[in-house]
Order: sequence, then structure tokens, then C-alpha cells
Amino acid sequence: MIKTPTSRRSFLKAGTAVSGGLLMAVNLPGTLGQAMAAGTVHTPNAWVHIADDNTITILSAHSEMGQGVHTSMPMLVAEELNVEMNQIKVTDAPPGAVYVNALLGAQITGGSTSVRGSWEKLRIAGAQVREMLISAAAAQWNVDRSQLKADKGMVLGPNGKKATYGSLAAAAAKLPVPEKPALKDPKDFRIVGKRTKRVDTPAKTNGTAEFGIDVTLPGMVYATVQQCPVIGGKVKSFDAAQAKGMPGVQAVVQISDGVAVVADSWWRAKKAMETVKVQWDEGAGSTLSTASIINGTRDAAKSGKVIEITKPQGDVAAALKGAAKVIEAEYVSPMQSHSPLEPMNFTAHVQGEKVLLIGPTQFQQGAQGAVAAALKVKPEDITLKTTFLGGGFGRRLELDFVVQAAEISKAVNKPVKLLWTREEDMMHDYYRPAGVNQLKAGVDANGMPVALHFKVASQSVTQRAFGLPKETLDPFMAEAAVAGYNIPNTKHDLVIHDTGVRVGYWRAVSHSMNAFANESFIDELAKAAGQDPYAYRMKMLSGKPRYANVLKLAAEKAGWGKPLPAGRARGIALMEGYDSYLAEVAEVSLNKDGSVRVHKVTVAADVGHMVNPDTVEAQLQSSIVFGVGAVLKHQITMANGRVQETNYNSYEPVRMHESPQIDIVLVKSTEKPGGIGEPGTAVAAPAIANAVAALTGKRVRSLPITADALRTA
Amino acid sequence: MSVNFQVNGKPAQANAETDTPLLWVLRDELGMTGTKFGCGAALCGACTVHVNGEAVRSCQTPLSTVSGKKVATVEGLSKNNTHPLQVAWIKHDVPQCGYCQSGQLMSAAALLAKNKNPSDADIDNAMSGNICRCGTYPRIRAAIKDAAATMRKA
Repeated sequence: MIKTPTSRRSFLKAGTAVSGGLLMAVNLPGTLGQAMAAGTVHTPNAWVHIADDNTITILSAHSEMGQGVHTSMPMLVAEELNVEMNQIKVTDAPPGAVYVNALLGAQITGGSTSVRGSWEKLRIAGAQVREMLISAAAAQWNVDRSQLKADKGMVLGPNGKKATYGSLAAAAAKLPVPEKPALKDPKDFRIVGKRTKRVDTPAKTNGTAEFGIDVTLPGMVYATVQQCPVIGGKVKSFDAAQAKGMPGVQAVVQISDGVAVVADSWWRAKKAMETVKVQWDEGAGSTLSTASIINGTRDAAKSGKVIEITKPQGDVAAALKGAAKVIEAEYVSPMQSHSPLEPMNFTAHVQGEKVLLIGPTQFQQGAQGAVAAALKVKPEDITLKTTFLGGGFGRRLELDFVVQAAEISKAVNKPVKLLWTREEDMMHDYYRPAGVNQLKAGVDANGMPVALHFKVASQSVTQRAFGLPKETLDPFMAEAAVAGYNIPNTKHDLVIHDTGVRVGYWRAVSHSMNAFANESFIDELAKAAGQDPYAYRMKMLSGKPRYANVLKLAAEKAGWGKPLPAGRARGIALMEGYDSYLAEVAEVSLNKDGSVRVHKVTVAADVGHMVNPDTVEAQLQSSIVFGVGAVLKHQITMANGRVQETNYNSYEPVRMHESPQIDIVLVKSTEKPGGIGEPGTAVAAPAIANAVAALTGKRVRSLPITADALRTA
Repeated sequence: MSVNFQVNGKPAQANAETDTPLLWVLRDELGMTGTKFGCGAALCGACTVHVNGEAVRSCQTPLSTVSGKKVATVEGLSKNNTHPLQVAWIKHDVPQCGYCQSGQLMSAAALLAKNKNPSDADIDNAMSGNICRCGTYPRIRAAIKDAAATMRKA
């Protein structure tokens, strides 16, 4: 494995050493921070800031990367604070212990956790402030709290008494924070569960939204980097003589990960970089190839140390022996890149011991901790401001580009905006690991499974990123391994194999490979049994009402079983992920060149209690389009340790003409909220693969399902 | 040597080397950051602007080629989101991360300038050069049709 110089675990420690809450709030950059220092903004708690002029600002601990958290997080607060969404502003929270995502143990936006982790926390935060404002008014008016209520930013009292939240905020902020304020009965919600306009849309339709790439600081210079074509390789020497003489070039500096050119415009830096010749020590990664990665993983599946994902049920060996028939299949998922549209970038200004960082990150605490470790400064001397993220998908959990920006700023003693080229971005990702899933089932005389042995071999992101001890279960490799079907004898095994690739968390993480395998395999069993894949699944879902419900709803909406035009077929798939239940039906045909066209995906989703149903729909659309690309088009390949895909021609995201119609059925539910940013991607793969198998009679078990893959299947 | 042209109806002058792509002149010299960099190879459309009314990829448009011409960027649609496309984008809550949307809007604006009643195939043709990694395509399609209907009535 290619090691990062300091483990992420120490970043986490460094990050959590920073004190949270009110102290952190005064480190907020920008006008809010200045107003706080001047005493005109009050902080009843870490989530709600109320100014004397009645401006109410809600802090989002989660980064806005398109998933709508700058709307859904404030909705939770506003619901209990009793303010309208048009009365509030949203800003990104600074790093701080109070903003830690309890589901992940760090201040991270990822894992489809934002709503799940904030559902109670932010409603409590809103209710606390509401109660404090009421208490402040009660004291001011010398009346009992029970006579007061808070509504639309005002506290209302007897005899027409009223006061704005702003006028009460200073007094309220001095009161003790109630630990357990009363929360509304969900049936009384006015905001949560209602379709709500995104607060960030207007800025994203007139060019004013500030992404990392748009940051400017007085005196700022521009940088770009060249990293070793073999990830992890180091600079041996470099020749920058020509670059240094080029217009606008200010410096060429070596940093931990490579060489940076600094100039008075980014284009000049980039042009100069084209002339910089670097001699690399390529390191251990230079022998990697796609074949070595996949074959090594397959060998590990056969003979590697087995880790139980869950306790075995029944006796699989005996049931297999007694089965009428045994069916086996192997499924292969390739590496994937995140490739968000905004290339990696960050802006840094190092001034002695003090550091300012501005940019797009999914991991505020990590960014702060990583730069503290790299520059040997104190985390609390690092101010970090989060911008909008031009896509994340897991890539911006990583901290490489943040540290690079800080190193360059330190070297040139100026504020620096670092921006990578697309090629650097695609060839220096933290890739979704490849996976090999081997499944074996014993079926009875009716073709129904009596035993299932599931095994997945892949690489652990959590070992690399967070130092998870070897040979222990990485839960991010076991997602959706256990499907919802009633099968009496089951065994679910994991083998962790380190291929040497630098791997990262990617949209839906291991759900994508495990659901592809499980749901393809169930289809294969149905076919072997001569049964309809929908009916076959349904037979195994008694006592699983949420699974069965979404399966039925998707099938009904898609017209499952109804005739289709010639040359089209449907496929179905089902999964639970992030506490959400999804079924998808894909309708496909073949293009003239033999590639697959997905015409329509119908999805039924039970995501528990929804915060913003419009965002749920948007995320389903988004994750399905993302999934279409992964299943039909995308793979990252390697030769001599070099990633072969370099830009959007060799790793081409789904385009408008390839994007399917998406029909959505949402289940109304009062179950606890599930995550919805990711699972749709994972279910799309088997739904499409099953449709292709139904159409062509060919089962492609290795993604992506390209025209070539179909020809040779 | 400086190059003179118009941006959103106002005179502009740039002093960058004349082979500098218009994208970087707009962003770094003129401070108009609404136009985005995605690929640097005319593959993604994030940098789409209009030159004399035609949608072009500004990452592949040298400064020298816009001398004396009219450049329009997302900032020129309207600052207050009153252009029919902006109204439709907001109505449908099209953007997710939002990074590609300046380019999407400019490609859509070039389409509707010529065709106020685009079919699905017309939309595919005009918009397939613009990648949205968030997959907002269903909403982009709906918003373009909505804006087209508004513009037909106007």
C-alpha cells in the first residue's frame, strides 16, 4: 500500500483537540465573524446566530456539494426555531468538536449521513434557541413563560406584547442552554417534509456562487502541480530553468507530492509547468496493472483470510450438499474515479504560525489537522472556510490538495490558489477499489435457494484512510452484502486484499459492488428456476414489508410484465442502504453500435421520514445517472502503475442524450430518516445488468457492460 | 499588446498573451468567475460562453480570436435571475453542486436564441457537450422546455 506520511488518525486527533462551540464561533471568517467580535451577533448555541438587526444565520456542519444540505439542515433548525426559511441565512460551520458528525466520529460530509445524523440534533438545536428566546422575553416582560409563544421570528406575549428574536438574542444568549427542550410532534411540522426550494439555487444560476476555484485574496498568486504519474512516487530532481524565465512565473517549488509552479495567472503557471522536467522515483506502485489488481483480488477471494461479515445462519455446507442444484457465479467491479467537475483546488495563506485555508472540502477537521501536521502549527491557529463544492462524491474527503496549497503558500510566503488540471485530477484520484464477489447458492427442487454463500474480496479504504487494524471487518466493505431475502442457511465472508492502489470512498462505497453481485445473482437463480425475477424475489420477502413494498411499487409503476416494444427489456433490483429501501426497474435496448441504451429507470424509495422530498427526488435522479455511467461506461485501468484514463474522453460521464427518463415513487413514512445521496447508484447497476441479460440472453458479470463486453459475453 | 472586445455589452480590454484561452482572461484578468474550468479540452462544456451569439468552449478559444467580437457570459443573462432560463432553472431547482450550470445555461441560451420550441432531440443535440456529473439532466430538459414556452409567449 502507498502510505501517506501521517495517518489520518493523527489528523483526527489534531482536529478534535480544537475546542468547539462558542469559542470556535468567534473564529468564523468574514462578516459574521467580525460582527461577533463587535458584539452585534449573538450565539445562543453553536448552530444559531442571531444579529441585533434580526438576521438569523444557521450554521451547516455539512458541506454543500449538491446534495442540498444548505437547505435540509436549516429546515430542521427552522422547524423548531419557528422561523420561515426566507427569514434565515446559511453559512458553513468552521471546524469544531461541536460540529462532529456523530455517525462518523469526525466533521465529515459523507456516507449519506447528513440528515440521519442531524435529524434530532438540529431540531434540538432549534428548540433550545426557541426556549431561550421565550425565557428572555418572559424575564423582560416579567410574565410566566407559559403565556408566551414564538412564531415567525417573534416572541408573542399577552396584551399584544411582541419582540423580534434579534431584540431578545443578546439576553437569550446569556441564559443556560436547556438540555432537553420539547420537540414538536412530527404531525405539526410546517417545514420538515414539505417540498422546499433550495436556498443555493439563485446563486448557482447567475454565476455568483463561490466555489473553491473562485476564491480570491488580496495579493494572491496562482499555482498548479505536477505529480508523479505513478501515484506515491517522489521527486528525484527537476529542471525548471525554462519555466522560471516564462512570463509571470514567480517560483517553481518542490512540495511533498511533486513540483508546483507559481505565477500571476493560472494559465501562465500551467503553460510554464508544461516545460518543467521532473525525474521521479516511482516507488512500489510502478508495477501495478489492471490485470495484477483484478487477479490479485481474485486470488485473495480464493485463499485469503476470511472475515465474517455477520454470523452464519444455519448450516450452509450441509444445505449445499443436500440441494437439488448448486449455482455459482463471480462478479467483478472495476476501479472508479470520482471526477467531480470542479478539479481539485484550495486556497491557502500561511503567515508564520497562522494559516488561512479556503476551499471545497468534505472534511473540515481533517483539513485543519492535516495542514497542522504538515506545517507543524497548532490546529487552532488554522482558520478554515468552506466554499461550495463543485461535486464531491468522496474525493473531497481527501486532504492531499489542501496540504499542497498550504505547502506552496509557505514556500512563496503569499496567498496561493492551487488548481489542478483535469489530467492531474483523474490520474491522481483515490479510486473506488476493484472488487471480486463470488456467490454460491443451493436451490431446492422448485429452484428456491436453501443456502447462500456470499464472499467479497476487495481493498479497505478505511485501513488506508483511518488506520483500521488489518484483518478486522471494515464495515464500508460489507454494505448491502446481506440482502433482504429469507434464505435459511447463509454465510457472508469478506477478504481484505491490499492491491497497492490508493483507494478512496466513492459514491455508495461497497454497496455498489455488493448489490451488483447479489441482485445479479438472484436474477440468475430466478432464470435457472424458470421464474419471473420479480415474483421470485417477492417469494423470499415475507416479513420484510419495507423491502416488499418498494419492490411492488417500482414494478407497478414500471408496468412490470406488460409488453414492451421489440428490442426492449426490463430488469429489476432491490437493496437496503443507509437505512433507505430502494427498488429500481431499468428499461433498456441496444444502440446500433451494440452499446446499451437505458431508456427509463423507475425507482421506488422508502427513505423513512423525508426532510425535503424535492431533494430526495433530485438525489435519486442524480445517483441513478451516476450509476448508469458506472455500469455502462466507466472503469479506471492501470499500466506500469499509471492510470490510463486522463480526461472526460477516456472516462466520459453520462451525457444528456444518454440520461434516462427517471420515474420516482416516494413512500410516505414516519420511520427514522435514511440516507439518499448514494444508494440509487448501487441499485442501478444490477437493474441495468438484469435488463441487459433479459434482452440479450447474455449475462455480463464484469462491469462495465460495454458493446465489447457484450460481444464477448 | 492588448485585445479589445465586448463582454456582456460593455467594452473590455485584456493584456494576457494572445494565445491565452478566453476562459482564463475572463476569470483571472477580468475577475468574472461565473464561467468555470472543468477539463481544459472542450470535453465538458463548463466554460461555455457566447462569441457573437454562438456557444463556444472558452477553454479552447484563444484571446486573439475574440478581438472586436461580442462575448456573453452567464453574468450577462441577468444579475437578478430574470432571464427566462434562470427563472425556469430556479422553478425546477435544477442545480445540485451547480458547478456546470453556467455552461449549461449558456448552451441552453444559444439553443433558445435560434429555436423557441426545441424537441427532445434538439435539446440532446444542443446540450450533449455539457457534462453534469451530478446528473441534473432531467431537470435541465424540463427547465429548457419551460423557458422556451415562456419565451414563445413573450
